[in-house]
Amino acid sequence: MSQMDQSIIDALSGQQSSIQAAWLANLEESGAARGVRGDELKKQTGDFLKLFSEGVAESGMDNLGAAGWAEAREFLEALSHSRALQGLDAQQTASFIFSLKRPLFDLFQRETSVDPATLTNHIAAVSELLDAMGLHTVRTFQKAREAVIKRQQEELLELSTPVVKLWDGVLALPMIGTLDSQRTQVVMESLLQRIVDTGSEIAIIDITGVPTVDTLVAQHLLKTVTAIRLMGADCIISGVRPQIAQTIVHLGLDLEGIVTKANLADAFALALRRSGLSVTKAS
Amino acid sequence: MERIPILRMGDFLLVTVQVEMHDQLALNLQEDLADRISATAARGVLIDISALEIVDSFIGRMIANISGLSKIMDAQTVLVGMQPAVAITLVELGLNLPGVATALNVDRGMQLLRHSVQQQ
Amino acid sequence: MKVTDKGTRPIRTEQDIVLARQACRKLAQDCGLRLVAQTKLVTAVSELARNTLVYGGGGDLDWEMLEDGVRRGIRIVFSDEGPGIPDLQLAMTEGWTSGGGLGLGLTGAKRLVNEFDLETAPGKGTRISITQWT
Repeated sequence: MSQMDQSIIDALSGQQSSIQAAWLANLEESGAARGVRGDELKKQTGDFLKLFSEGVAESGMDNLGAAGWAEAREFLEALSHSRALQGLDAQQTASFIFSLKRPLFDLFQRETSVDPATLTNHIAAVSELLDAMGLHTVRTFQKAREAVIKRQQEELLELSTPVVKLWDGVLALPMIGTLDSQRTQVVMESLLQRIVDTGSEIAIIDITGVPTVDTLVAQHLLKTVTAIRLMGADCIISGVRPQIAQTIVHLGLDLEGIVTKANLADAFALALRRSGLSVTKAS
Repeated sequence: MERIPILRMGDFLLVTVQVEMHDQLALNLQEDLADRISATAARGVLIDISALEIVDSFIGRMIANISGLSKIMDAQTVLVGMQPAVAITLVELGLNLPGVATALNVDRGMQLLRHSVQQQ
Repeated sequence: MKVTDKGTRPIRTEQDIVLARQACRKLAQDCGLRLVAQTKLVTAVSELARNTLVYGGGGDLDWEMLEDGVRRGIRIVFSDEGPGIPDLQLAMTEGWTSGGGLGLGLTGAKRLVNEFDLETAPGKGTRISITQWT
């Protein structure tokens, strides 16, 4: 379809308020309006209809990628982005567009004086255009959701890195739960940074709460110990479970120069001794 | 030619690397240090790399060389202030610098040098 | 995956190695790489640019900023028209060196980045591509 009937273009720009009313009713009925404030939805539908009629007048309905549709596309991207952040679902976001189909079909039938064949062509074209818009919306929505998930994963990682100060110059990192390679990496980096920030000379990595480690994690642990030494601090590993010891030996990893202690208390006692401190009972 | 300054502090020499290291600069430093250790009969060398954002295998080799040659000339080298990201990268690169003494900062490095000189 | 920006730099002198490091640091920051990933990339660039200069007799560094879904990345390609690497397996052996270095250049650089790709043939030069993702 290349030639747009002028009566349709006129109807689109002249009857925005009646289209909007039908659209809003449709949105309400399909449940797509849930979770969005009434006045906000009214503004969004109004704004979009304006862009829509401008798009049709400028670039026709054949290709959503055309220059005349740029503003409408941007509008939809911004809309699905904000909905993704609000936590609305993909279906609801796509329904925003699909609910516009019926009102437009009705409008075409009601307002135009064209022959039935041309009318069918117009309806098919607007239907395809709205499908393309719906897909575009879902795609953008998906992308925004993925970005949210990625950020949350990173925040979770940050939260699970409790580097604590045990004494002046002594840091401890009690690790709990199954370690994957990425988590280990982030945790270790934050430990190294804390060593610099606090000027601590001894760091204790306590892995009592870690049931097993895989090859990568074990190697990472040992690399961290080496990195800590390069920075000029010492590292003690405490709470190595038998299974983990097996893994390390089995891998043939070099434990030369790595100090291990049975538990966190022993490691702390050693750290105090190295700092020239001793603990005595107050009489 | 561009050179990294070497400061003398009593029995020790202090090198603070504050410019981006290119290869010739690293080679010059290695040569200059050997000369200065010999001329001043220094007992220790402190290399502060806290301003360095990367250490590649070339600079790593220079550090290992300085540590080795100073040892032969009866001076101990302490490398201080390596940034965490640099340390992680060096280990991943496979450069563990065995035998090179390290400290968190210049103060601690100085303590370490004094301590080891007293013990001799 | 799409390329959002690209450029090229010469690797002809020792000073170019330093400039390549600085340029790649800037790109890595713009790309949003974390500090450790930045440092690893810049260190790999330093190793490979030196190889291009010393063994390849100089060459070019081509960079591309990439976007793949929510991931962003940098691809850096070093190419020279030098003698190539006659025995690739040997060159990729830990600790092996033909130039009096530590033998960590190629194998070390490979460990520092997410993707590493090497094409070479005797007399045909060498092309090494590395990629780091956020």
